[in-house]
This record gives sequence, C-alpha cells and structure tokens, in this order.
Amino acid sequence: MTRKLKPNRDVGIVGYGAYVPRYRLAAEAIADVWRGGQNATLPVESKSVPGPDEDTVTMAIEAAQNALRRAGIAPEVIRAVWVGSESHPYAVKPTSTIVAQALGIAPYTNAADFEFACKAGTEAMQAAIGFVGSGMAEYAMAIGMDTAQGRPGDALEYTAAAGGAAYIFGPAEEAIAVLEGSVSYVTDTPDFFRRAYQKYPEHGNRFTGEPAYFHHVLSAAQALMDELGLKSEDFAAVVFHQPNSKFPQRAARKLGFTREQIHAGLLAPVIGNTYAGASPLGFTAALDEAKPGDRLLIVSFGSGAGSDAMSFIVTDRIEEVRDRAPRTRAYIERRQAVDYATYLRWRKKVKVH
Amino acid sequence: MDIPRHWRLHNQRYKLEGSRCTRCGTLAFPPRPICRVCRSRDMEPYTFSGRGTVYSYSVVYQSPEGFEAYVPYVVALIDLEEGVRITAQLTDVNPDEVYIGMPVEMVVRKIREDGERGLIVYGYKFRPPLTA
Ligand SMILES: [Zn+2]
Repeated sequence: MTRKLKPNRDVGIVGYGAYVPRYRLAAEAIADVWRGGQNATLPVESKSVPGPDEDTVTMAIEAAQNALRRAGIAPEVIRAVWVGSESHPYAVKPTSTIVAQALGIAPYTNAADFEFACKAGTEAMQAAIGFVGSGMAEYAMAIGMDTAQGRPGDALEYTAAAGGAAYIFGPAEEAIAVLEGSVSYVTDTPDFFRRAYQKYPEHGNRFTGEPAYFHHVLSAAQALMDELGLKSEDFAAVVFHQPNSKFPQRAARKLGFTREQIHAGLLAPVIGNTYAGASPLGFTAALDEAKPGDRLLIVSFGSGAGSDAMSFIVTDRIEEVRDRAPRTRAYIERRQAVDYATYLRWRKKVKVH
Repeated sequence: MDIPRHWRLHNQRYKLEGSRCTRCGTLAFPPRPICRVCRSRDMEPYTFSGRGTVYSYSVVYQSPEGFEAYVPYVVALIDLEEGVRITAQLTDVNPDEVYIGMPVEMVVRKIREDGERGLIVYGYKFRPPLTA
C-alpha cells in the first residue's frame, strides 16, 4: 500500500507570495496585563496583529498578487482559487470569490474556502496539485491565511497571530520548485476545537502536544521520507507548522534535522502562530533563500487532527522570479509595535454597547 | 446599505478600474461614460497601476458613521502616476509620518462594515510602498 500522494503529471510551484501585517504585540505586553509581568516562559517574543482594516480577505489578496507577480502569468488562466483559513470573514459567503474578483481571475474559475484548523492552507495546496496534476487545469491557486483570535488572558492569546501565503501551481516545466511527493496523515483527535457561533476556541492544554502536534507531524514527515527513500540530511531546509517557538524545533530534532535546516522558515518567535498561514508562510521564507537544486520539506499540522507533508526540488527559475515581489523578511522587518489596549480595540475585544 | 451599488462598483474598488477614451486617450477615475476632453462616448475600461504620490492630506479624528474603527486616519488626494488625481484613505502609516509628495501604492482593505450582521465593503486604500 502506498502512502504517497502524487499526480502522474509532474507539477510544481510557479509562483508564491507572502503577507504579514505591519503591527506587532510583544508577548511581554500580554504578560504584564495577565500574569503580573511574569514572563519567564513566554511561547514567542511577539506576534503579528492585523490593522483595523485587515482581515483574511485583504491579506489573501496581497499574498496572491505577490504570487501572480512571481508567476508572471495572466490572472485569467488560473482555474481555481482555494483559500484555507479558520478566520473567513463571513460564515456564509466565500472568501475565495472576493480574492478571485480582486485579482482578475474571476469569472471562469473554481473558487472555494477550505477548513481544517491550521492545516487548511496545505490542504488547499494538495488539492491544487491534484487539479493541475490531473490536467483539468494548467494553473491553480492555493492560499493559507488567518487572523487568529485567542480569548483575552488565555494561553493562545500570546501566539494567535495574522499572516499567510499564496501559491500558484502549474506544469513542472514552468516551476520554481517541482513536487517530489506528498503525504497526508489524519486521525480523529479532539485537541482543539471551536463550536458554531463561539468566538474563541477550546483546547486540551497538554493534550495538544504529544498525541496531537508531534504524533501527526512526525508520522507524516517520516512516511514521506520513507516513501521517497530520503533521509534528513537530503533536505536543504524544512518548515514545520509553528504554534510556538519550541514545537517546530523539537519536531525537527526528533526527525534528525539541524538548527540550520529549520532556520530560514522558523518565523513563529517574532510573528507568532499564523494558523493556516503558518507553514505556507514559513515555506515562502525558505524559498526566498533557496538555491537551485535544493530539496525543501513542508509539514503542516491542523487540530482535529492531521498533517500534510510535501517535498519539493527547487529549479533554476527561482533566481529569476524571487525579487519580482517583496520577500517574506521584508514584511517581517516592517514592524510597528502596538500596545495591549490598541490591540483590544482593533481586534474588537472591547464591548462598547 | 445599498448592496447592488457595492456590487456594481467592485472592479472599480478592488482593481482601480477607470476608463480610457479610445479616441483621444484621456484617462478617468472613477470611469466616465463620456470623455471630458473630446466628448467621445467610446470609452474602454482601464486599470490604473496603483502607484502615485500624496498631493495633499488631512487627518480625520471625528469620522462619519461606520468608520469609527479606523480613527484617527488620513484621507489624501493622490496623484496617480498616470496623471489622474483621486481621493483615498491612507493605511499602514501613522498620521505624523505622512508628507506631501510621499510615494504610495494601492492596497485592498476593509472600507467599512455594516454592523455585525451586514456587508463588509472592501476597496482601495494607499500605503507607503513595500518595495520588492
Ligand atoms: Zn477623448
């Protein structure tokens, strides 16, 4: 039985684009309010905060524009716009049609919103790979984007952040990174959930670690490496879902990856957990620094629970397209600190009537 | 809120789609059915690049209803590089950082929300350019 998912037709990434909002909230600013300043064990240094006029739609539009610039193709040739998020602005009304309209991809395109907690982005990527791989479409766009929310004072508030990335998949001959293979690994694990009409999610505290994050991430990554006959040293860079600074570093160690291999794509310490955006965004930072011939691994994690792992080989075309759009680091270095009160107001955590 | 009107304007608001006179080349934003220079009715859609500079601006502290969430914000007259002047909100900038002649680029942002239940209106705003 094969565990690998790969289309018969060779497919790759032809364009990619990142987005991170300008604002940052220091974890210490939250600890000052909720822990009397006790900040010995904060999960990240700071997190990205969306401006008052930003949401998953606006952030997806900018990331998608960056991906289009790098791909250098006409928007009308894209046959699918799939947006993975757990913070779609509407409960009913697709994010994807707004993105498709704003980019000039609509009307002759498939459009849908994907959901699977923090795995919704890579899930959309897998689907886009299949859409192009079947020959049904020449190009398909997949986006992972979130403006995550944590209940004030909850452990999640330190990390719940905003950002993500867009990918355009197309024929391998035009790709900047060609897919080698992928694996999806899912089980019914209730580590984190949010019921309908609830604003904030529930989580199982310690339960979120071993049986959830580590089990799925390690299983998917190991299965893919086994299927492809690869070892950790065969990869130039690897990007894991990053709910905090520690988890991806521990997952890397367990799989035999070095600090150097995860460095480029480890963004959580300064921008927090961008949920469905997290591993796709980290992967854009790895692509920004990749050299032709490099092998890159991305492993997502979504609560509920599952992981997608994908391996890509970077091509010569990366050098040509990389600087057609802002690099991920340019977004991360563009930073303006906000205080806790401003953050509460912008994120509508203050009831005014 | 007038939903059909918002729907009709989506390309104008999301893509800065104006008009170009096919006879004399005059550009307009918002789009016009008749050319203001040669009176031709032969107009075609024209998408502006979204790059420009601040011609003038003012800081809004007391907003009209529906824009309270964004106060204080900057409303600017912007000279697009194609030579057309438009009015738009600036974003991702502190009011004290804005100056006349400041280069800006267009982004799509939330313009307003019709309460908790209604439509979310998206459209163009301008910010200091994030260069590639
Ligand atoms: Zn004319």
